[in-house]
Amino acid sequence: MPSCDGRCTSCEGCLSRLPSLPDGREDCPKRILLTGNPNVGKSAFFSRLTGVHAISSNYPGTTVGFMEGTLRAGKTCYRLVDVPGAYTLEPTNEAEEIARKMIEEGGDKVIIVLDATALERNLVLALQVLERGIPSIVALNMVDEARHRGVLVDPAALQIELGVPVVPTVAVTGQGIRELVAKLDEATVSPLAGVPREERWQRIGEIVGRVQKVVHRHHTWRDRLEDASVHRFWGALIGIAVLGVSYRVVRQIGEGLINLVLDPFFESAVRPVLMKISDLLGPGSLLHTLLIGTLFDGRIDFELSFGMISTGLYVEFVMVLPYIVAFYAVLSFLEDSGYLPRLAVLFDALLHRLGIHGYAVIPTLLGLGCNVPGILATRVLESRRERFIAATLISVAIPCAALQAMVVGVLGNLGLRYVFLVYGSLFLSWLILGRALHKMLPGFSPELIVEIPPYRLPSAEAFAMKLWFRIRGFLLEATPLVLGGILVANLLTTTGTIGFLSRLFAPLFNVVLGLPASAAGAILLGILRKDVAVGMLVPLGLSASQLVVATVTLAMTFPCIATFVVLWKELGATDTLKSLGIMLITALAAGGILNAAFSFFS
Amino acid sequence: MKMTLNALEDGTRAVIAEMPPGECAQRLEALGLYPGKTIRKISGMPFKGPVTILLDQRQIAIGHGIASRLIVEVEEGEPREGDRA
Repeated sequence: MPSCDGRCTSCEGCLSRLPSLPDGREDCPKRILLTGNPNVGKSAFFSRLTGVHAISSNYPGTTVGFMEGTLRAGKTCYRLVDVPGAYTLEPTNEAEEIARKMIEEGGDKVIIVLDATALERNLVLALQVLERGIPSIVALNMVDEARHRGVLVDPAALQIELGVPVVPTVAVTGQGIRELVAKLDEATVSPLAGVPREERWQRIGEIVGRVQKVVHRHHTWRDRLEDASVHRFWGALIGIAVLGVSYRVVRQIGEGLINLVLDPFFESAVRPVLMKISDLLGPGSLLHTLLIGTLFDGRIDFELSFGMISTGLYVEFVMVLPYIVAFYAVLSFLEDSGYLPRLAVLFDALLHRLGIHGYAVIPTLLGLGCNVPGILATRVLESRRERFIAATLISVAIPCAALQAMVVGVLGNLGLRYVFLVYGSLFLSWLILGRALHKMLPGFSPELIVEIPPYRLPSAEAFAMKLWFRIRGFLLEATPLVLGGILVANLLTTTGTIGFLSRLFAPLFNVVLGLPASAAGAILLGILRKDVAVGMLVPLGLSASQLVVATVTLAMTFPCIATFVVLWKELGATDTLKSLGIMLITALAAGGILNAAFSFFS
Repeated sequence: MKMTLNALEDGTRAVIAEMPPGECAQRLEALGLYPGKTIRKISGMPFKGPVTILLDQRQIAIGHGIASRLIVEVEEGEPREGDRA
């Protein structure tokens, strides 16, 4: 029984909430590897066993790196490692490469998670792991869903076949987790010897034949919906409906939160406090300029004042946070439902012409929330060429939710057509750049081969946890950067650095983009946070068309610092520099063309 | 009768006869697709989009180029509607 603090060892519901111990490598040297095929529920297991939240979704490849947490079984302490999902230890992509290395490094024990609904295919990896001679235990997961589908697997028979303990489980609900932990000590080395590749399927077929019974059952409405979702006509219709509804829901939640909750709250509760602080500091003092910013007719203007705790807090909590909540609510639901891989099928033909295949739609969607997880998720793609194209396209032409919220907030007031102009320009740049990269880069891109998970109704608990962790992640990461960004902007302005840089870039901005030199400062500060940068454009008094040019250039040019760091880590120095060069050129080209178009039509 | 997966009619059951050459055979095999396996084609997407098949009650999407090099053999007799391959 796991017990981290001696409380509540009998209730399964509590297990997931037990606090995990800090990762003490010295007093917790034993390592358990948690391994299995993609999308069999490893991350759900990990969260249950360690209390550390791991994001799980209903599509293969949610975990592309690995996570580590602490698990206590009786008196023994283990470090539990969530190995990325792999179909085979003969790696076919980056995630499988990492998985193979981790299994080769070995551990004290291995928990092999099997998907009971797809036993045959799952046994490939299981046999490969078992032959490595590490003490193992098998979790036969999703037994409920398998039973529902008419697939009956006998755990006792499987235990005899594999020679290691087998525990039936349902990780999402926590069923069987206690038994699994209790049996950790019984993990043994399997007596099975390695199977040559040619005999593998025959051998697995024999095992499956002895442990599994398939009961005939009729088509259910879910089967029909699953088939319709990848149909050439119905699938497209469903895709349009899903994307359309998603867009409406994001707008509704986002605007609702802003207009009904957060803006009224800031007006009635935060403004009086800020005015008191303003009186206390005295307008004109340096501290007042940094914290509160400029007063307009003796009042704070939340969008224009540009102080750390006036505009800074307003931008983050009123303009951006509602859309972060709205976007991740919808994305998390789509992830857990199992719809996203179907979207990959719909988009494959288009994406294939950009040198990436349909599955790149998932990193791209994640990128619409924040470019960082989007770029990390490109690891699900097989080749380096695809990953370079996908990561570059995300950082150039996929605006993150924070930036989008500001674009909608600032340009939406001037007319929706300007918002659509920004999105249209970014989409067009995405298409053209993708096509160009595909044509210019040497080599070829592999094609789509992907398993599509069944539709599942997202569990309310898992959904709430995931949403909360994403919002918390945003607040923790964005708050210091937003407030710091405004501080840096104000300091650079007061010291005249912005003025100097603006003059330096003035010719470029005037001639190519048709923007005043002052816009240069904002776009350069986009390096810190792009939402803050849009905020800096507001007080400049630009025309609507100038704002469109500026936001498109800002969105496409140099990535924010967090994106830059992850690009560097994922692509390496040379490719990051290449990617940055492409970014600067496309951003200037897009901004220049937009500016030329505006002056031509006006 | 042998044909490519692309040419197979929607909703038809067939047996995998030949795997495509190259490393994609390995990726398909990892998903449980190998010669002798029975599948049902669910649909093919237009504009050289992927083909989706049903394999052991699980959907798998396969890119157009690979599907054009994957040879299947259609079973004799009428395909039974409503059967999950």
